[in-house]
Amino acid sequence: MSDKPTQDIQTMDFETAFSALQKNVAQLENEDLPLEKALALFERGQALAKRCAVLLEEAEMKVRTLTIDPSAGPETEG
Amino acid sequence: MEQYSIFQPQNILTVSQLTGYLRQVIESDEILQDLWVEGEISNFTRASSGHLYFTLKDSQSAVRCVMWRNWAARLGFEPREGLAVEAHGGMGIYETSGQVQLYVDSLRPAGEGQLFQEFLRLKAKLEAEGLFDPASKRPIPTLPKVIGIVTSPTGAALQDMLNTLRRRFPVVEVVLSPTAVQGVDAPPGIVAALDRLNREVHPDVILIGRGGGSIEDLWAFNDEGVARAVAASTAPIIAGVGHETDITLTDFAADQRAPTPTAAAEVATPDKTELLGIVAELAKRHTTHLNALITDLRWEYGQVHNALERLSPKYAVDSYRQRLDEITLRLERSMGVRLDRMNLQVASLGQSLRGLNPRAVLNRGYAIVTREMDGAVIKGADQVQSGDGIHIQVSRGSIDARVTKTNQEE
Repeated sequence: MSDKPTQDIQTMDFETAFSALQKNVAQLENEDLPLEKALALFERGQALAKRCAVLLEEAEMKVRTLTIDPSAGPETEG
Repeated sequence: MEQYSIFQPQNILTVSQLTGYLRQVIESDEILQDLWVEGEISNFTRASSGHLYFTLKDSQSAVRCVMWRNWAARLGFEPREGLAVEAHGGMGIYETSGQVQLYVDSLRPAGEGQLFQEFLRLKAKLEAEGLFDPASKRPIPTLPKVIGIVTSPTGAALQDMLNTLRRRFPVVEVVLSPTAVQGVDAPPGIVAALDRLNREVHPDVILIGRGGGSIEDLWAFNDEGVARAVAASTAPIIAGVGHETDITLTDFAADQRAPTPTAAAEVATPDKTELLGIVAELAKRHTTHLNALITDLRWEYGQVHNALERLSPKYAVDSYRQRLDEITLRLERSMGVRLDRMNLQVASLGQSLRGLNPRAVLNRGYAIVTREMDGAVIKGADQVQSGDGIHIQVSRGSIDARVTKTNQEE
């Protein structure tokens, strides 16, 4: 099968992929679909699930700091 | 008596004897050796040795105080001129000057009770304004993309929060808006840090907090301005201030309160392991449904076939019977083509998708039979004759065979 229908998934962030996965399975389960369409949804669902898992397993958390407001004063904590 | 005391002194003490006697009296008095006294600090001096010298006074009286270096080092605040304090210690006499003074071993700002009163007053006021109204709490998103943090960049609380977020939900992006969290700069700093997050970053949720400390250390989180800023924040706020038992106005104003900074980070994020389980479950539902769909299609095909057979009138003339056979055959073919195509698609999917085999169709014992001469899929016995070569695709491999006999369906 062609990679085309799932190419967009490779750039999805977790939230997008996860909610797409939920919608995908709902559509598959709740709609009376022709086989062709069901197979496409199936394939897409598997790709979405894989994307979610890869993101969770391999993500390096991004942390950035806003430049300190000059009025913030000394940074102390007891 | 006066005459005696002037002209006939009976028992004259030296100064040293007097102060020595006073010391004895004072030091043997239980009350004087273990007392709390409250007053305002004046004449405050911190000697280069580290000892503290000051006077405690009220409107009418004053008493000299000394606090030795080892006790002074344990102070959780900075004593200063004019500060109302409560001092604990024992009375003694400094014989060199005859000065009676309090040897202080513990000192605290007066009116932690007053602070509490102030806390209650502010709480009642903000409550009356509806600042803590449960109905105005914003929901905490379940899958945040960006989490803002308002705390000290050097505090342990920040590391606790970052470690927790990294462990539970590393796909999130974290933006720290740094600020002092104690001292006079803290309240405006916290308000500004919150404002910058809401204005510049638009996080999905904000964590605000600091590690444990004394009631004074946490006081910035009881500041009215801070509580108002928390309540007015665009992004929902989870507060994790101090320890379990510390509850500040910020906690009340926040959309959700957590007992510690670590707990706040937990509230803000789903757990990675649980999420992976949910993802696997969703993937499995896809497979289950597809397999069910295939089974349904086969059943429908069978139904159509049976229905046609039932319709077939037993008394029909040959021509009618023949026509029906033709219709049946055409229907079988069109359904058969669909099923064959499905089987092939399922087989190829099975190779690319681990574990999720629509190939189970073949595994359940179905086979695809094609004609050797042209590769056409065989759906009827009339398609082959004795001696023809056929190719049988099964779940594990394929079989080449030769037709020995055909049986037309009745």
